[in-house]
Amino acid sequence: MVALGLLALAVTAAAPAGLREPAFWLGVALLSAGALGWSWYKFGRGPGGVHHNNLWARGSTSRGAVAWATGVALTGFYVVLYWWPEYLENLIRPLDGLSQALRQRPADQWFLYGTFYTLAVLLMGTRALLKYRHSPYQRVRTASVMFFQLGFAWLLPGVLLALQQPEFYFTYFWPLKYDYLFPGGVQSLLQNGHLGAFMVGWGLIMSFVATPVLTYFFGKRWYCSWVCGCGGLAETAGDPYRHLSDKRREAWRYEVSIVYTVLGFIVVTTALLWLNTRLGGALLGRLSDEFSRTYGFVVGALFSGVVGVGFYPILGSRVWCRYGCPMAAYLGLLQKHFSRFRISTNGGQCISCGNCSNVCEMGIDVKQYAQRGEPIIRAACVGCGLCSTACPRGVLNLENGPREGRYQPSQLIRAESLRILE
Amino acid sequence: MHLVIIGNGIAGVSCAQAVRRLQPTARITLVSAESAHHFSRPALMYLYMGHLRWPDVKPFEDWYWTENRLELVHDRATHLDAAARTVHLAAGPSLTYDALLLATGATTRYYDWPGQHLRGVQGLVSKADVELMAETTLQVQEAVIVGGGLIGVEMAEMLRTRGHGVTMLVRDRHYWGSVLPPEEAALVDAQLRRHGVRVHYETELTEVLGDDAGRVRAVRTSRGTELPCQWLGIATGVTPALDLTAGTGIDTDRGILVDDYLQTSVPGIFAAGDCAQRRSPGPGEAAIEPLWYTGRMQGETVAHTICGQPTAYRRGPWFNSAKFFDLEYQTYGQVPARPGADEASFWWQHPTAALGLRLHYRADASRALLGVNALGLRLRHDVCDQWLRRGVPVGEVLAQLGAANFDPEFFAQHEPAIVAAYNARHPDEPAVVLRRRKGLLSRLLSV
Ligand SMILES: Cc1cc2nc3c(=O)[nH]c(=O)nc-3n(C[C@H](O)[C@H](O)[C@H](O)COP(=O)(O)OP(=O)(O)OC[C@H]3O[C@@H](n4cnc5c(N)ncnc54)[C@H](O)[C@@H]3O)c2cc1C
Ligand code: SF4
Ligand code: SF4
Repeated sequence: MVALGLLALAVTAAAPAGLREPAFWLGVALLSAGALGWSWYKFGRGPGGVHHNNLWARGSTSRGAVAWATGVALTGFYVVLYWWPEYLENLIRPLDGLSQALRQRPADQWFLYGTFYTLAVLLMGTRALLKYRHSPYQRVRTASVMFFQLGFAWLLPGVLLALQQPEFYFTYFWPLKYDYLFPGGVQSLLQNGHLGAFMVGWGLIMSFVATPVLTYFFGKRWYCSWVCGCGGLAETAGDPYRHLSDKRREAWRYEVSIVYTVLGFIVVTTALLWLNTRLGGALLGRLSDEFSRTYGFVVGALFSGVVGVGFYPILGSRVWCRYGCPMAAYLGLLQKHFSRFRISTNGGQCISCGNCSNVCEMGIDVKQYAQRGEPIIRAACVGCGLCSTACPRGVLNLENGPREGRYQPSQLIRAESLRILE
Repeated sequence: MHLVIIGNGIAGVSCAQAVRRLQPTARITLVSAESAHHFSRPALMYLYMGHLRWPDVKPFEDWYWTENRLELVHDRATHLDAAARTVHLAAGPSLTYDALLLATGATTRYYDWPGQHLRGVQGLVSKADVELMAETTLQVQEAVIVGGGLIGVEMAEMLRTRGHGVTMLVRDRHYWGSVLPPEEAALVDAQLRRHGVRVHYETELTEVLGDDAGRVRAVRTSRGTELPCQWLGIATGVTPALDLTAGTGIDTDRGILVDDYLQTSVPGIFAAGDCAQRRSPGPGEAAIEPLWYTGRMQGETVAHTICGQPTAYRRGPWFNSAKFFDLEYQTYGQVPARPGADEASFWWQHPTAALGLRLHYRADASRALLGVNALGLRLRHDVCDQWLRRGVPVGEVLAQLGAANFDPEFFAQHEPAIVAAYNARHPDEPAVVLRRRKGLLSRLLSV
């Protein structure tokens, strides 16, 4: 049914005007019914629990031919979306009605993208709810990302547009949405009266007050695996691919050298742009626009879209979050150094089976800590909780607690101080 | 010093790591016939089920060994010359040692059943076993498993993920009768049924019947029935690997006999893990402890003795854990299948969900906690360990129960129900008041 739905959508893309609408809605309906039906068939009928049977044996989830085909199709969609949106015309037009109702304006390629994105989070979120229904933590967390995607990343920005207000995403902040605090972005928001001022204030408070405070109490997870839309897609549509993340030490070295560079770049640029504004443009001239365009292309389009989502079936679901996201880097630094969050390990109960590392979408080799009885305090950890859910021995637990003794290993294993990460 | 370790399982590797830390200059060589690198034996089932790949069940990446100067020899030790302090290998050059650790593990225990050598009959202990199993179960419709223990259930789960029919033969009246009390066993039995496993209790294997091609076609049981099957799993326990000790003067019984310091009867030769049998185990302790955890602790302990810091093996309160299909199990301390004289036991079970908790304690005035079984509930190891070491009275354990709760956030908390059940069943005692809720904060505040 999913295949039929995709076929119908493919037909839509090339269909003559008369056929376009019915084919589109038929495609969406088949796709939705197929995804839900398949999820129920696979995860809904039997007993709940972690059943990763054949995960590494079937091609679609172990970089086989199906995975490559899916990757190419997804990547292709992004390429067309970013560079040749005119070819998507037939997919965009059927959404005009919906767009008018929500935003009081015709649909465009970004409305198409946002709608498909939200649909993916909702459908695959339902799959995740069925798959992990034995775990209340996973149920609540999955419902949360579905709620924030639907409410704050799709409905609310649309309603704002309908009210002739700026299309503002209350769940994205600097440094991820860097332009919200660039001089240009702030100025354009401020042209919108009280609401605009509120949005600027919201952005400032979220970035510099709420983020450190929430991360102090709950770790990076409050954002990355509960609120964020990129995280939301990774946790739902990306769930079948989470184990594909690279756990090797080399991968970790790439991660730290790339992601902190991106963060540093945004911080420096933001500072320079404000300095430039203060100096009346003497410093950088029109560099601000240049920057937005270049960064927007390299990081926004290439990294987070084409590679980040297009390569889900090959590289795993959190490539962008791990190697590229400046917000994740910022949250990660806070989590590592100024937070009460840690993943506790349960005394000496680990059997080094490797299930935790396998499901870690951030490529953390969780068992390295568990088998030495050390708590896991890693900047990268998004707190998805899957390592805890998947552990067959009940070794791992995501906890917020006093910072004192946060790194204290269990007394029940003598942790060997041999080298692991450096 | 040159330390040679035969066996790269958890016992051998834990010893090598500890010696590297204690004696940074020591030369350490690990010999193993089974695999080039250390792997997690308890994870073998996940390979078969496709949850994990071979690199995923290796606890360390391959660079780990060279960076920590742990020499690996992928070869079989064929002969031990204790007088010349030399180990002979099947392929490579012999190794001379200053200290030798035998960490050779264990192999499947067979009970000389007629027909046990037929094709399709096998145990599950080694990497080769799981590879063989993948091969020999390809065309199977019906499989039989002998043995109602942990490995038997793992085999059943493995086979069920591929849709094969599974019948288990269990000697006792209920599952794992030598270890689990009946209530716990009933919860496991429910799991087995739920996952389509047929279990024949009080039934033993008497004979394996083959076809013309030399493959198993059926088994005969002690009840006289004949069960057709194309595959037979042997899960009746393991037996220590002793081959290397032949003709060396090393005392053996069922396993390699060791003293408190894990030394064998020959100076300079030690044994640890599944292959070792203690001459004088502490009260309530088994002479052979074939577990991952005990292998790790024995390996660490013997490293100290090898490095000139004689250290007796004291593992502290017992603990173990397992998973029966979807049901997690943890145990701490001693919980016998039936309470002994002067012992009492309190069992709580959720009315609908597969959750249960047992507190086993002395029936005398101390009411000291002796052991805990948890099914479907995760408990904090260090809290249980402290309770057991200090012999905390059961009433106090119940009042503090939240401190041991290791379930993830948002999971229902059952402490109030458990305490209420205890009070209802012991109306003559002063009522227990639950004082501790779940959480890290309350744990740290407690003394
Ligand atoms: C399927 C399965 C599941 C298990 N699950 C659990 C569990 O959940 N929890 C738990 O606590 N325990 C579990 N166990 C038990 C646990 O795995 C063992 O107790 C533990 O691995 C023993 O470690 P060891 O180092 O003593 O020996 P082993 O891991 O057996 O290592 C011994 C090694 O020595 C090698 N060797 C032997 N003789 C020679 C020779 N002559 N030359 C060269 N090499 C040699 C062997 O090939 C082997 O590789 C399980 C066991 C099995 C089989
Ligand atoms: S923490 Fe759990 S999942 Fe991870 S290696 Fe240990 S036992 Fe396996
Ligand atoms: S360490 Fe665990 S909680 Fe953190 S990202 Fe990895 S799987 Fe998720």
